[in-house]
Amino acid sequence: MSGRAAILNTIKNNKPAATALPFIDVSAAIQYIDLLQQYKTVLESIGGSWQELNNEIELEAAIQSITGTSTAVVNTMLSLPKDLAGVDAVALEPTAIAIMKGLVAVAENAAIWVTEEQMVNRLLPFICQQLVLVINEHDIVPTMHHAYKKINVAATGFGVFIAGPSKTADIEQSLVIGAHGPIGLKVIIVKNKYV
Amino acid sequence: MKDHASLAEQFIKDEARTDWHDETLWFVRQKRDKAAYGLPEWEQLRTWASEIKDHTLSALDNYLVEFETNAIANGIKVHWAVDAAAHNKIVYDIMKAQGVKKLVKSKSMLTEECHLNEYLQQQGIEVVDTDLGERIVQFRKEPPSHIVLPAIHLKKQEVSDTFHEHLQTEKGNNDPQYLTHAARLHLREKFIESSVAITGVNFAVAETGGFVVCTNEGNADMGAHAAKVHIACMGFEKIIPKAAHLSVFLRLLARSATGQPITTYSSHFNKPRHGQELHVVIVDNGRSRQLGREDFRNSLKCIRCAACFNTCPVYRRSGGYSYHTAVAGPIGAILNPNLDVQAYSDLPFASTLCGSCTNVCPVKIDIHQQLWKWRQVVTEEAKVPISKKMGMRFMAWILDCNVNYKAAGKIGRWVMRNLPFLVKNKLNPWYKQREMPDAPKESFKEWYIKNKKA
Repeated sequence: MSGRAAILNTIKNNKPAATALPFIDVSAAIQYIDLLQQYKTVLESIGGSWQELNNEIELEAAIQSITGTSTAVVNTMLSLPKDLAGVDAVALEPTAIAIMKGLVAVAENAAIWVTEEQMVNRLLPFICQQLVLVINEHDIVPTMHHAYKKINVAATGFGVFIAGPSKTADIEQSLVIGAHGPIGLKVIIVKNKYV
Repeated sequence: MKDHASLAEQFIKDEARTDWHDETLWFVRQKRDKAAYGLPEWEQLRTWASEIKDHTLSALDNYLVEFETNAIANGIKVHWAVDAAAHNKIVYDIMKAQGVKKLVKSKSMLTEECHLNEYLQQQGIEVVDTDLGERIVQFRKEPPSHIVLPAIHLKKQEVSDTFHEHLQTEKGNNDPQYLTHAARLHLREKFIESSVAITGVNFAVAETGGFVVCTNEGNADMGAHAAKVHIACMGFEKIIPKAAHLSVFLRLLARSATGQPITTYSSHFNKPRHGQELHVVIVDNGRSRQLGREDFRNSLKCIRCAACFNTCPVYRRSGGYSYHTAVAGPIGAILNPNLDVQAYSDLPFASTLCGSCTNVCPVKIDIHQQLWKWRQVVTEEAKVPISKKMGMRFMAWILDCNVNYKAAGKIGRWVMRNLPFLVKNKLNPWYKQREMPDAPKESFKEWYIKNKKA
């Protein structure tokens, strides 16, 4: 506890005079004429792919064709494998495809907000080989300022903005898709509200 | 003791490699420009970020206590470390309590600053760095040469040789895709078998008691979510007041660092998952001292994007190792003298004071002004070579007086025209690796007076 007191005490003595927080005026942020188009363009540029669907029926068919006969699929929007939350890394590692709902999508950077509630197991969206995120078109917002207005980051124990598949350029600045997380990310955009 | 100038001299001996290093980093700088110019509100964002950080520093003790209170309520164990040794011991004690001998670690410049890896290895603990660039340099027993791009000094042939030795990849296969895939398979094993994971912290939010970690590779998440114990290490300046402020910083960070609109993952950790232990170590290590230095305190606003590295003509042509410290580049040159003014007295001089670092800084740190101010502090407080002291005094004598200045210019031009061997010889340090310019017949002032009349 002495370390804590010493640190806080020195800070108290050394900190500068109080200054005010700025007002973040969201209307100063960039505006996009076509949010959906902007979203898709950025997503492609960061290595993701997308599919547009009209409704829930089309979604079910699309998911069926993505998963095919693969048994290594975890779809957290449907009935869950028993105690998915408690499954460990060894058991999750063979997951080929994970499918889950995204809450908010951001047009300026293609990021999608996903919380522990949608992923069920925190490791799932990272350890799977291919990730599929399903969003409603009307959940696309222009910028991060708008996104943080819509979400409550502290609503669950963990939440993440995911923008594209995992990547690295650590070897001579050559971009490689598929570092430690998924090798591919597909975003399914549903036009009519799908819960 | 090696200083920046002599280490840089080693680096630039290989001219082709120096050019390659220079161009590679300039390419990153250009990507940053493209991303920044894509947002009409870029300057507004920088102002907001700077003001949020200024405000936070002015109430830092309150925000740290608010963060601690909320984090504890979230089930996070909060530790405080006055210095590097205390930080390392806290991490080791957590390891000891778990009875485990290995851990995975994602990128954390703080743990580099504290030399955590060396310390833990001395205690018999195996540390696996999981960021690809960091794993490469760890295999080579080298430190990172750049805070965002740890292996930027290496060519793919060298990475291939290193992986051939440690991961048994094909000899001579230099394909980055192939090499990255080999690292992916190797590190997935490490993630799965490791019960302790260390991550850094990009932003800690006082309002929520949670923190955000940004990666492209997904290594922080693979480590943290697979492990039974997650330890997040942060310098106390990582704190921001509210979650809404994350929008400002996340818009700036990746654009400034690599030109991406955002990192692939911006992970918000609020509570440990069921059955997991989550620790946050809040570290001072000289930061509270820096907070008290009026001229230098706003270096604590840094969000470690490394835009100042990529734009710096000195960093690009001298490499990260010439700074002999964990955080190199212009920001390192103003942070490190605070830690040890004697050991890092050379760093404030590793700059042309061109000001490009200040112009690209997303939180508006006046880096080049601080470099200039550190030079004065260093010359007062530290042992600076007598030649440098005398040289500065001589230059002051010339630049201080109109007559001396004019005379020096005249003599200089005359000597270069009539007795060039006096300047074009090995004794003149300005002649090393440089051609001396042709001396003009007249000074600008003379030319101006003549042409104004005409």
